Amino acid sequence: MNTVLQARGLGKKYGRKWALSDCTLDVPAGRVVGLVGPNGAGKSTFLNLAVGMITPYAGTVEVLGESPTSRSAPRSRVGYVGQDTPTYARLSVADHLRLGAHLNPAWDADLAAGRIARLGLDPDQRAGRLSGGQRAQLALTLGIAKRPELLLLDEPVSALDPLARREFLQDLMEAVADQQLSVVLSSHLVSDVERACDFLIVLVDSRVQVAGDIEELLATHHRLTGPRRDPATLPADQHVVTASHTDRQSTYVVRTDAPTLDPAWAVSNLGLEDLVLAYMSRPPTVRDSRPALQVLR
Amino acid sequence: MIWLAWRQFRLSALAVLGTLAVFAAALAISGPQLAELFRESQASFFELLEFDDFKKAVFVVGTALVYAVPAVVGVFWGAPLVAREFEAGTHRLVWTQSVTRTHWLGTKLGMAAIAALAAGLLGLLLTWWSGAIDDAIAAGYSSDTLMGMPRITPVLFGARGFLPAGLTLLALAIGVTASLVIRRSVVAMATTLVVMVGVQVSLAVLVQPNLLEPRVELQSFSLETLDGDMAGGPAAVVATFKQIDVKLDQPGAWMLSQTTVDASGSAVDEFPSWTSDCVGQRDAMAGCMARLTTEGYRQRVSYLPASDFWTLQLVETGIVLGLAAGLTGFCFWRIRRDLT
Repeated sequence: MNTVLQARGLGKKYGRKWALSDCTLDVPAGRVVGLVGPNGAGKSTFLNLAVGMITPYAGTVEVLGESPTSRSAPRSRVGYVGQDTPTYARLSVADHLRLGAHLNPAWDADLAAGRIARLGLDPDQRAGRLSGGQRAQLALTLGIAKRPELLLLDEPVSALDPLARREFLQDLMEAVADQQLSVVLSSHLVSDVERACDFLIVLVDSRVQVAGDIEELLATHHRLTGPRRDPATLPADQHVVTASHTDRQSTYVVRTDAPTLDPAWAVSNLGLEDLVLAYMSRPPTVRDSRPALQVLR
Repeated sequence: MIWLAWRQFRLSALAVLGTLAVFAAALAISGPQLAELFRESQASFFELLEFDDFKKAVFVVGTALVYAVPAVVGVFWGAPLVAREFEAGTHRLVWTQSVTRTHWLGTKLGMAAIAALAAGLLGLLLTWWSGAIDDAIAAGYSSDTLMGMPRITPVLFGARGFLPAGLTLLALAIGVTASLVIRRSVVAMATTLVVMVGVQVSLAVLVQPNLLEPRVELQSFSLETLDGDMAGGPAAVVATFKQIDVKLDQPGAWMLSQTTVDASGSAVDEFPSWTSDCVGQRDAMAGCMARLTTEGYRQRVSYLPASDFWTLQLVETGIVLGLAAGLTGFCFWRIRRDLT
């Protein structure tokens, strides 16, 4: 499978603080990737590195096989919708499309005009007078109509109300299906990712905690509940994500490929939200180790 | 990219250039009239000019305007150029299109530079307009008003020739540099204004007098060239001259310094005691001047002649453009670095 985005030991430091550290992952082509993590986890830093707004402090990142800051960076083949979906408040919707046409060689004017018409946006309206949802749609239109192979979106829906959020993501999904884009979408809400994505990256405290196909992640993560037990006594193929204990009971979230045979355990499946929360709530000592649970493909 | 640069720039460009165009029209119309006035009046030119309020206003407003153009361009075109993108977050939109940041900055800056150059050329137009005044001064007519000042003196020099165009480009470069470093429009604008005023004042006061080798001349004393004297002495009983200032007998020149020297050529500390006879005595003054001259006293004046005007313009504009090029280079270097 092709890789659209490849990071190797990628890190970025601001002052003495690591915004992203030791990030190694591959994003396969044709997927819609959700990049999830709390605010300040390094999601924007990762996307900024991928789009070449900033240069790595450590390691490398390659997008479509090229460094995004190099001379041969695939600028016209990577779309980007920045945080808070910025648009020029004083320029009209039509001006934005003209901007896209002038600044991108592969601009698809029909696609752009069609989208604007379908969304019901008035081409003469200034972008500053659009609602948050409409502005996000305009920014997305700019990102899509340049006909990229990879579209990066940095918290595109964080400022939108639930309805606009749903519409935006639905619309994004349609565009992805039509154009066979690869997408990386960051969000601090699991529900956004659940709705739109089929591949998950969890980023906490500047580090990748887990990355993989969502279905596969859900199939291999289980919650085990049973009498209190020391984690060392669990089978070797069960990687403990989190453990919590009461006086008499232990609850583990484990990742394992093999079925759990021990009859002492009550095994239940995890929802995506629970899975992400499990990785987010891991104690820092565990988090800082290399992500043993990464699903490599 | 040119389309976008123009779309974003046109409003402020037309506002500034439109104002200047109106004034340029006033210059174009009244310029020939001023030349005509000089042809007809010759020696009484400056006196007649005193009564022509319109031309006086054109001169004063024009000079002020040409001095203001660089700061206006730096503050309103330069400082918001990148800072406004940062404030609205639109740099994330425009820098992730298919054109590089270097290309983006090059186009925006190039367009602003062409407009800035056009604005700065008002200085050349004002120089053309003032031609009659400069001719009158060169012919030896003088006036104590602002209009009678030689164009090579610091008060007027920065508003004449192609120096204003150079200063305007420098102001633009300062504005864009502030824009990139400070990233906030209002602060960048204020900084640009302060820096630009500082640059213009220090150029006039500190740099301009030291650019060319001044001519030095020993001038003899006469009542006609006497500009003023200062007297003093022990308990002011036997007051003698303390200092004598003369007017330069070179029309249109810029006096840099002057000092009285004795026959041996060394600077005078104490004037001879007989000068007390003419202190405060109008009638005796001519005799004193003649006696100082016969006793070998001279006024050593260093000055830049009127003919140095364009050389000085060239040298100072060169310095200014060098600074502008350096700052522009910095901007292109900076924009390729991390900016989020």
